Amino acid sequence: MDQNFWLILLAIIGGAIRVSTPFLFVSLGECITEKSGRINLGHEGSMIMGAMVGYGVSLFTGSAWLGILAAGCIGSLFGLFHGWICGKKGVNDIAMGIALIMLGTGLAFFFGKSLIKPTAPRLDDFSLAWWSSVPQITQAFRINWLFILGIILAVVLHYGFKYSRWGMIVRVAGENEEAGLALGYNVNKIRTISSALGTFLSGIGGAYLSLYYPGSWNEGLSSGQGLMAVALVIFARWKPMQCFVASLLFGGAGALGPALQGAGFSYGYYLFNATPYILTLIIIITSSSKKESGVAPAELEI
Amino acid sequence: MYKNIFYCLSVFILLVASSCGSSTSTEVAGSDSVGNLSIGFVYIGSKSDYGYNQAHSEGAAALKNLSGVTVYEEENVPETMDAQKTMESMINMDKSTLIFPTSFGYFDPHALEMAKKYPDVTFLHCGGLYDKSKHPGNVGSYFGYIDEAVYLSGIVAASTSKTKKLGYIAAKPIPQVLRNINAFALGAQSVDPSVTVTVVFTGDWFLPVKEAEAANSLADQGVDVITGHVDSPKVLIETAEKRGIYSVGYHTDQTPLAPKGFLTGAMWNWPKVYTDFVNNYKAGKSLSGLHRGGLKEGIVMLAPYGPAVSEAAKAKAEAIKAEFMSDKGHTIFKGPLVSSTGKQILKAGEELKQQDPILESMDYLVKGVNGSIPAL
Repeated sequence: MDQNFWLILLAIIGGAIRVSTPFLFVSLGECITEKSGRINLGHEGSMIMGAMVGYGVSLFTGSAWLGILAAGCIGSLFGLFHGWICGKKGVNDIAMGIALIMLGTGLAFFFGKSLIKPTAPRLDDFSLAWWSSVPQITQAFRINWLFILGIILAVVLHYGFKYSRWGMIVRVAGENEEAGLALGYNVNKIRTISSALGTFLSGIGGAYLSLYYPGSWNEGLSSGQGLMAVALVIFARWKPMQCFVASLLFGGAGALGPALQGAGFSYGYYLFNATPYILTLIIIITSSSKKESGVAPAELEI
Repeated sequence: MYKNIFYCLSVFILLVASSCGSSTSTEVAGSDSVGNLSIGFVYIGSKSDYGYNQAHSEGAAALKNLSGVTVYEEENVPETMDAQKTMESMINMDKSTLIFPTSFGYFDPHALEMAKKYPDVTFLHCGGLYDKSKHPGNVGSYFGYIDEAVYLSGIVAASTSKTKKLGYIAAKPIPQVLRNINAFALGAQSVDPSVTVTVVFTGDWFLPVKEAEAANSLADQGVDVITGHVDSPKVLIETAEKRGIYSVGYHTDQTPLAPKGFLTGAMWNWPKVYTDFVNNYKAGKSLSGLHRGGLKEGIVMLAPYGPAVSEAAKAKAEAIKAEFMSDKGHTIFKGPLVSSTGKQILKAGEELKQQDPILESMDYLVKGVNGSIPAL
């Protein structure tokens, strides 16, 4: 029992590290987009396109990192498209995002058919647990450079939005379009660039799925993770550092179901599999307060 | 203003259309001419999924070699009205006279409706649901006792395992899945009664991330052979290989996914089954009825052994396989059989033959399996 407790805890930590990275990238991407005053629900589409293109490029060039880059580029095309269409008057960004989910999954399934069978070079990983020789511990702390990159990005965005000139320009676009226009900025352009940057990140998040964990291209690989990550941004109150914490929490909660069953606690696994969603509900309810109601970018049409 | 709404709407419609276009109908061989036999295959998923659908499409591919046969396939067809539309267009456009709706949920009402509407077309459904008293005469169904091959892979798994802990990753606790888990455990326990099988239910047929998590946490618990019953076992076999432990396949041969750790696996032998069907059809025999069988009838088989399997283990598995192939057969579910909760299922001396319908409503896990089935 005692040993089982530690093993389950380790599995949750390991799961948090393994599963969180795509959530982190997509939520940071959506954070940038929403800070600029626009919602892009289409990250699921750019993510699965990124997964497919990343896998394909890695297969043909032999370099997984080139695959990551290509995934980001194809992702940013989706953002540019979203930004361009939504820049037109009267276009609803939410409907457009849903259309992009369908476009992305449709295209990825269509062009990804021949990529299901071959095995592409994957990303390497290394263990942070140099201090341990227990295989379970070294395995739980195996991480990938993308994970570290994600943490750095969260920190950079945190300070960037607060102190940098560019961060403030994005925030002006998101808080008050009129003010941005009065200052002489092209708000539309800012939002389009933010969307493109956002989907660049979600493309990379998708490539993490196909090139690292679980590490193969398959239809239904993302199975709704892109949408969950968008919800995660609201949960993280549009704060990049909190996006990181929220991603870890979601990853860990997702690992709970399999870990408990693996250790022999098999009762109510449907409930444990639902932990991430229950967690979201609880935290949203407990964290919602009147004081914080003004935290969402004012230009968002939620 | 309205112009823009129209613009957005038309883009939306275009996108929806483009995403629907992902399920494509492909012609596999030959051209359609008079006197040709056209056969339609409908799949619920991708035909290159290293799993259920790939097994069927390998069967369809075998028909390409027959002269005078044209095969039409459509993948990613959901178990909705879409299934009927697909079958209907195969009949009207491709002049198919033999249809294989391969997914379980295609049968009722979709294949049955089509069978009533097109009495000259034969429908062969994979799932064993045909009932002569209720269903039309141009319908047949077929299914295999794959638990025989799963039992054999349990023998191989237990003979290879060092920790004597096996892992089973399953989608949902439905009778067919439980039967496979139990057959795997009983096969393993026939080698060493102390072997345990830990089950992880993921909750759905295709959840790659959850399957990988399940494989990882089983490996952390000291499990050194992993198998599963999900639509595509690709991820769990690759994860097991990454963790340096053994894996046992399901549905189709997954040797290329794990050259080191793949032991063997239970797989369907659809190429043989489909070739037989088509030859009988051409000979004018009725295909209506229920076609079932196991290793002996050649409907299921064992995947090739991997390099980690010892000669002794192979000999054990081959000996039992020979029993399955013999006229006497080999019984998997025989007394004394106790469930994981301690309930007696079969008394000593009692046994359930493979054809026994009681086996198709299995709602227990046998002793030695760590896992539980939620009360439904």
